[in-house]
Amino acid sequence: MKRFWGFVVKEFYHIFRDYRTLLILFGIPAVQLLLFGYVITNEIKDAKIVIYDPAKDAVTRKITDKILSSGYFLLEHNLQNASEIGKVFLEGNVNLALVYEPDFAKKLEKSGKAHIQIIGDASDPNTANILINYASGIINNYLISMNSGQVPLQIIPEVRMMYNGELKGVYMFVPGLMAMLLMLISALMTSLSITREKELGTMELLLVSPLRPSQIIIGKVFPYVFLAFIDACIILGMGNTVFGVPIQGSVVLLLFESFLFICMALSLGILISSVTNSQQIAMMISLVALMLPTILLSGFIFPVENMPWILQALCYIMPPKYYITIIKSIMLKGTGFLYVWQETVILIGFTLLFLMMSIKKFKVRLAG
Amino acid sequence: MRTVIYIIQKEFLQVFRNRSMLPIIFVVPFVQLIILVNAATFEMKHIQMSVVDLDLSSTSRKLIGKFQGSPFFQVRHTCFSYAEAEEEMKKGNVDMIIQIPSGFEHTLMNENKSKIQFVINAINGQTAGLTNAYSMMILMDYNREILLDNMSPVLLSGVRSIQTDFLYWYNPKLNYKTYMVPGILVLLITIIGLLLSGMNIVREKEIGTIEQINVTPIKKIQFIAGKLTPFWIIAIFELAFGLFLGKLLFNIPIIGSLWLVFLSASVYLFVVLSFGLLISTVTNTQQQSMLVSFFFMVVFILMSGLFTSIDSMPAWAQMLDRLNPVMYFIKIMRMVLLKGSTFTDIKQYFLSLVVYAICIVSLAIWRYRKVA
Repeated sequence: MKRFWGFVVKEFYHIFRDYRTLLILFGIPAVQLLLFGYVITNEIKDAKIVIYDPAKDAVTRKITDKILSSGYFLLEHNLQNASEIGKVFLEGNVNLALVYEPDFAKKLEKSGKAHIQIIGDASDPNTANILINYASGIINNYLISMNSGQVPLQIIPEVRMMYNGELKGVYMFVPGLMAMLLMLISALMTSLSITREKELGTMELLLVSPLRPSQIIIGKVFPYVFLAFIDACIILGMGNTVFGVPIQGSVVLLLFESFLFICMALSLGILISSVTNSQQIAMMISLVALMLPTILLSGFIFPVENMPWILQALCYIMPPKYYITIIKSIMLKGTGFLYVWQETVILIGFTLLFLMMSIKKFKVRLAG
Repeated sequence: MRTVIYIIQKEFLQVFRNRSMLPIIFVVPFVQLIILVNAATFEMKHIQMSVVDLDLSSTSRKLIGKFQGSPFFQVRHTCFSYAEAEEEMKKGNVDMIIQIPSGFEHTLMNENKSKIQFVINAINGQTAGLTNAYSMMILMDYNREILLDNMSPVLLSGVRSIQTDFLYWYNPKLNYKTYMVPGILVLLITIIGLLLSGMNIVREKEIGTIEQINVTPIKKIQFIAGKLTPFWIIAIFELAFGLFLGKLLFNIPIIGSLWLVFLSASVYLFVVLSFGLLISTVTNTQQQSMLVSFFFMVVFILMSGLFTSIDSMPAWAQMLDRLNPVMYFIKIMRMVLLKGSTFTDIKQYFLSLVVYAICIVSLAIWRYRKVA
């Protein structure tokens, strides 16, 4: 046991003396949270529009005012000619163009009908879609107010945004970021630190020492469990205090599930390092095969339900998906263990699977 | 010149002899392109919803039929208590609840106004926004229909109306994939380029072979050039192949000039690769270098406008974003490929990349020291 602790202390020295790595390990969550919290927003505001208004009468001016004061749109400039729209779009700053027909107010007065064209730069389809929706909503509201309640039989929708009333991006990013960082630290750092010993040749030394293989492995991963846990707490704490992301459910359960996920990631890291001998390859495997799926195939940013069925199937064999589901349920919806037990069992299953596979691999290597 | 060619030759040999690196460089990115483009989608289909219809009138049933009939929604669950529906949302089975209060139709006909409730799971703000937009569209359509069914034309004629026509330029079918392909291609060559170059010099440091190079008469600029060129060629090749796949599989429109794309790409790759080499010269171990690259990569990518709109970022962040090479190149790729922008349209972004490239290459050469 004393030998084992000696080994663990060595690993801690390795980590703490490499201040650059340490700085980054703790800098990444902080900077990313700040980015997500302040910079990356899903809501659309200040989208740039151009307006072509040949009528220039009271009604069109009123509508333009309504649109520009909504906060969603920012006037880039007024066009002199409808054919300029193409050129403006090609320059790439403007997302939307609004074209009134000539003699707008007159036509509205006489025939009760007038036309507006809303043209979106749909090379970015979603933004175009949302912007066009906003703009037509504003015009519709104006119309209702103009007819001053004359519009009969109105169905008024009351929309309630559950769990995240202000549609803040951070709410979704905190769980995703937790998964990503725990994966990064646990799987990637462990696999790198083991392959590093192999690459430098010091693994030989460890293998001929009186330490048992299991002790070597546990000693290797132990410091990273510690680091990962601290990082998880930083993210949770910062998310909660700085950005007001609530923790509705039980913190103990949350930490327990995180611990489980860390164990899963660590066993994956061990598995990777037992397959390869070079840091470069270990890193590539981790980044390419772990990080991108964690970001993209886990429901972190893109909802799983929208994907084609093959990818959905792929998502189901990605451990981060389960972890993110658990974290979201506990943190944001405030559910208890009963709601997430299935996901928990699956995570445990993954952990055992990876551990078994790597133990098998490890023995083979000792013989060879 | 001959010295540079030797270095290039050595780097190529190193890449091609490394059997396990080859598939990672040449196969994985394309598998990812295919997977990511399909995965990175905000095309909303089958939003699962729960219906609490306490009215059970023909108006309410028709409204639900409208939702059911649209490609965006799918009624997964119906019940008569809101609490039960909310439970379903908690379990993660549905993302939207429609609640129609009892007496809905009655109030509508007698008081001209009636309320219904939409409850949307907003943990993901973007999808919640889209869900809301789609349901409003359906509701508005339905409302118009009721109006036409129930009102006499005489009454209606007094109401003034503004007709809005929507035009979606460049992408009338709102295909999200064509939008993502150029961006993801940028992502892939950035990752491969940054990692290959970032790990390169530091690996020689770690193994000790850098000593051998340090004692040769090679000049700093030759060394950096020799290191850059092979990765540059590999990345350009990957871009070309990726574009080919994008055309073949996703039928992305290539409207603008391909020369312009590759011209910008070659400048952009100088930025990325020298950035990697710079990281490589300031770090001591591959682990460090990898973490530093990863750190910058995540920040660059998240702020690049790949997934979220740059316009909605706060002003200071948009200022900072001018230092983000990925942002420029994604803009250029999307503009040229999807809209056919010409050199004059992208000149501003292109020149920024050129300036960036010059600065960062000189920085990398200056920072590389021929001492251990």
